[in-house]
Amino acid sequence: MIHTPMGPAAPSPRPLPSPTASPSRPARQSTGHGQDSISSWPLMDRVGYLLCWAAGLLLCALAAGIVLVMFVKGISYLRPGLLLEHPSASQSQSGSGGFLDPIEGTLLLTAIGIALAAPIGVAVAVWLSEYRRPAALAQAVESGIEMIAGAPSVVLAFFGLLIFARPSLAFLSQTSAGGAVYGRSFFAAGAMMSLLALPLVVSATREGLAQIPAHMREASYALGKTRATTIRRVLLPSIRPSIASGTTLGMGRIIGDTAIVVILLGASLHLEGAGGTPGLSTLRGTGSTLTSYVFENSPAGEGNAPEKAYAAAFVLLMMVLALNMVVTRLSSGKPRWLAGLTGPMLWRWMPWRD
Amino acid sequence: MLRHSRWQRLNLSAERRAELALGAVSVAVLAFVVAMLVTVFVKAWPSFAHNGYIKWFFPGGDVDQQIKAIVNSPPDPAHYVYHLRAWPLLWDTALTTGIAVVLGLVLSVLSAIFIVEFAPQSMKRILEPVVRLLAAVPSVIFGLIGILLVVPWINQHLISQGRKLSVSYVVQLNGAGLLVASLILMVMIVPIMVAITVNALSAVPNSWTEGSAALGVNRWRTMWRVSVRTARPAIIAGAVLATARALGEAIMLALVGGSRSFPVNLLDGRTALFEPVRPLAATIITYKDNLSVVPLSQTLYAMAAVVLVSTAALSLAAWSVKQPLKRYGIRT
Amino acid sequence: MGPPPVRRIVVEREPTVVAPPPSNGRPAPLPDAPMGAKVTERMRIENVSLAYGDRWVVRDVTLPVREGEVLALIGASGSGKTTLLRSLNRLTEVTAGATRAGRVTLDGQEISDLEVTALRRRISMVFQQPNPFPMSVFENVAYALREERRGGRDEEHRGGWRGRRRAGRKELEPAVVEALQRAGLYEEVKADLNHPALRLSGGQQQRLCIARALAANPEVLLLDEPCSALDPISTATIEQLISRLRESVAIVIVTHNLQQAFRVADHVAFMHLGELVEYGSSDQVFDNPRQQRTREYISGAFG
Ligand SMILES: Nc1ncnc2c1ncn2[C@@H]1O[C@H](COP(=O)(O)OP(=O)(O)OP(=O)(O)O)[C@@H](O)[C@H]1O
Ligand SMILES: [Mg+2]
Repeated sequence: MIHTPMGPAAPSPRPLPSPTASPSRPARQSTGHGQDSISSWPLMDRVGYLLCWAAGLLLCALAAGIVLVMFVKGISYLRPGLLLEHPSASQSQSGSGGFLDPIEGTLLLTAIGIALAAPIGVAVAVWLSEYRRPAALAQAVESGIEMIAGAPSVVLAFFGLLIFARPSLAFLSQTSAGGAVYGRSFFAAGAMMSLLALPLVVSATREGLAQIPAHMREASYALGKTRATTIRRVLLPSIRPSIASGTTLGMGRIIGDTAIVVILLGASLHLEGAGGTPGLSTLRGTGSTLTSYVFENSPAGEGNAPEKAYAAAFVLLMMVLALNMVVTRLSSGKPRWLAGLTGPMLWRWMPWRD
Repeated sequence: MLRHSRWQRLNLSAERRAELALGAVSVAVLAFVVAMLVTVFVKAWPSFAHNGYIKWFFPGGDVDQQIKAIVNSPPDPAHYVYHLRAWPLLWDTALTTGIAVVLGLVLSVLSAIFIVEFAPQSMKRILEPVVRLLAAVPSVIFGLIGILLVVPWINQHLISQGRKLSVSYVVQLNGAGLLVASLILMVMIVPIMVAITVNALSAVPNSWTEGSAALGVNRWRTMWRVSVRTARPAIIAGAVLATARALGEAIMLALVGGSRSFPVNLLDGRTALFEPVRPLAATIITYKDNLSVVPLSQTLYAMAAVVLVSTAALSLAAWSVKQPLKRYGIRT
Repeated sequence: MGPPPVRRIVVEREPTVVAPPPSNGRPAPLPDAPMGAKVTERMRIENVSLAYGDRWVVRDVTLPVREGEVLALIGASGSGKTTLLRSLNRLTEVTAGATRAGRVTLDGQEISDLEVTALRRRISMVFQQPNPFPMSVFENVAYALREERRGGRDEEHRGGWRGRRRAGRKELEPAVVEALQRAGLYEEVKADLNHPALRLSGGQQQRLCIARALAANPEVLLLDEPCSALDPISTATIEQLISRLRESVAIVIVTHNLQQAFRVADHVAFMHLGELVEYGSSDQVFDNPRQQRTREYISGAFG
């Protein structure tokens, strides 16, 4: 078929087939992208086109719906006082206090989780990207990280219970009067939470490292620098935005997780310290977070106070949205759409790219 | 023979130390994963063993009643009750996940095509934060909206009195169930599929699509026949990851699945959509407060082990998906 | 043929010494004797062959590198100039699969017997493409000045963990300024030493890379087509720079620009398909080549 170049303004010499005509053979158009008019497509193709629009609009509608509902409900039930009052056990929604403790719990847990996940994640990523020897071990570690990424948080929480309920780790959690170790504490929950963030930090860091051209490393070696110095002084400083966005995504995961909190933190109403030393006792003690507060106050939980649940969920969503904005900021200008949501491992499935 | 001065040797070892330290951290993470696999299984083993291993997965009786019996088992370890036939949980898991993934696949591929090819610039710019937002909303918020808004609405508008009566001898329909659960689950897993698919589609070399367009093939067909086909491994990988995520979702399903375990009966026709579901992960959450009962905790660990193995198997499956690419001579 | 693909750096290995490939029977060209008294031989490349995997891309090259003069490597694209140059400061070792046969000595010592970071501080390299680090102009130069944690050439810094301290800006400033001045960049950037180096122009970036390479006072400077990305004015600046530096530093420059080779070099080595075809003083090679292939290349018959 001969390609006849046609300016965008040139009138189509061909009569447009009407939609009902439904040609049996696809009408071949000798036009490039952006020049063919959709009305001349075969019916099936036009249906596909419309479905695409519908799908895109549906996503927008869903997001808008969620945000709108939470705003309307949140604003109608949220009083500033709720943010500053301790919760209290009560049957009535008006008597059950605010959610100061859950907010503190969320912040504390996120801090612990990230404090663990960020350094470990960066270390693992650097080893995987810059050293990776022996190669077989590196591959095993890679698949290990992938498994953590895929492991449901319920399972992680259960595993955490097994670890921290060991008598030898009793100093990290609460102990009953009889000496039984519950294995529930901020420390235990934070440690498991760090696993949620770990794969995100690892993949963001590796992605950053992969984008640094090899000649940058060579330039540093040529100045007589060791690999370690090159990593510390050249590579890591230049991928700081990637690390930051991985960490922020990780914070989002931690803030949003419920299963680990209800299983490993105990979801008690207040932050309940354990043992004498002030700071340490909170870490060893139990508590709740916004997610567990919402869960327990939903119809499925024990509190069943939907208004409180809405208000807390609104605060939670605001936190998530704020983190989201930070991530969008950090990853603007990245070559990839939604960089961070898809780890570098996924490039394995798009190998034709390079 | 290499000759180093004393300090030069030390310098080498400093370099080596950095590598060893980083390697040690990585190995520790790996060891942790292995330990997780092993210990969860060890803890779960009595539950499988007492049910005749494979029979654990079989149908037979009401799971809630069986679990109640386990919770109430006598304190003497010799008389622990373990009887469980977990089929209803497995079946519900498969159904909710399957529906969510299939619907999600359609929605995500269509919207990815839209984003890559058809969306006007302004829409494109809106859609990135939209998908990011959907990916970031915590599952408990999805669950809350589901149980407080969607479930009552379905109960009022979609389930007729007659439909409720028709199954009232086995189950109460209140709106919570398969339909809500799998739809919300779909919304939760769509973002990751969209993200992967969009990146895969836009990574298809321009020359390939231009080659197709130069033959006079319209944009839709070019997209469908060339880009989507090329990106198929990535799309499948996305679906596999999404499946893993769906299998592990507990909180949202515990909220909107209806509060009892019930094997959805497809023979009920459309009514089946409204029957309650409780997948494995949600069951674990539901009974979290009884963990101090030893046989129950072992039973729950068995469920956790099944979930863990399925997600791990999915990773392997995703691995094998990329194999066909080798025939293009592509280095992976 | 474009520039060779840059492979990912996988491991930094000890050099593998293997048997050299069969030589084609032609005796290795004998290097000329030193010209003047101030010219001293610093490095010697003896029967060096280099391979990527099992493909030999440099065969049996023997050359002297002398302080007080400039050696230019010329030859068609893909003839192995970059590879040879990179092997001189053991940068080939960061490429997986690269092997070397033959000896390279610095002041009589085989370079693979020297500690690699110390060696690279003595033999600096500037690359074809300017590659400043994503840091400020000042930090780029200061980076080269900062000692490695331990060891290195400077024995004063061997104070163990406690003796290690990051040198502050005040201490480094004079040396940084001096390096920038030697590279002829200082006047242009003195107002914005703290600006990101990536915002400089290409020519400025390349001179920054030269300043960086000069900062640690190297004894040998390797330049791989330093002017290929530059305009005539920057090129002239760099050529002047090279003639100034030749007094104190042994310089090896790879260039495709024969005029440039003629202008700056005292000796010229012509390589073709991995072999050293001719080596001689630049007057001799350009005016009176001994080999047919050299004559053809210089008169533009190929390459
Ligand atoms: N990292 C590498 N891996 C494998 N082969 C390589 C690598 N680098 C270069 N080569 C090959 O070695 C040969 C010599 O390359 P080299 O870069 O040394 O040539 P050159 O003389 O510098 O060329 P140019 O003038 O274009 O820079 C080429 O055939 C090239 O394909
Ligand atoms: Mg070259």
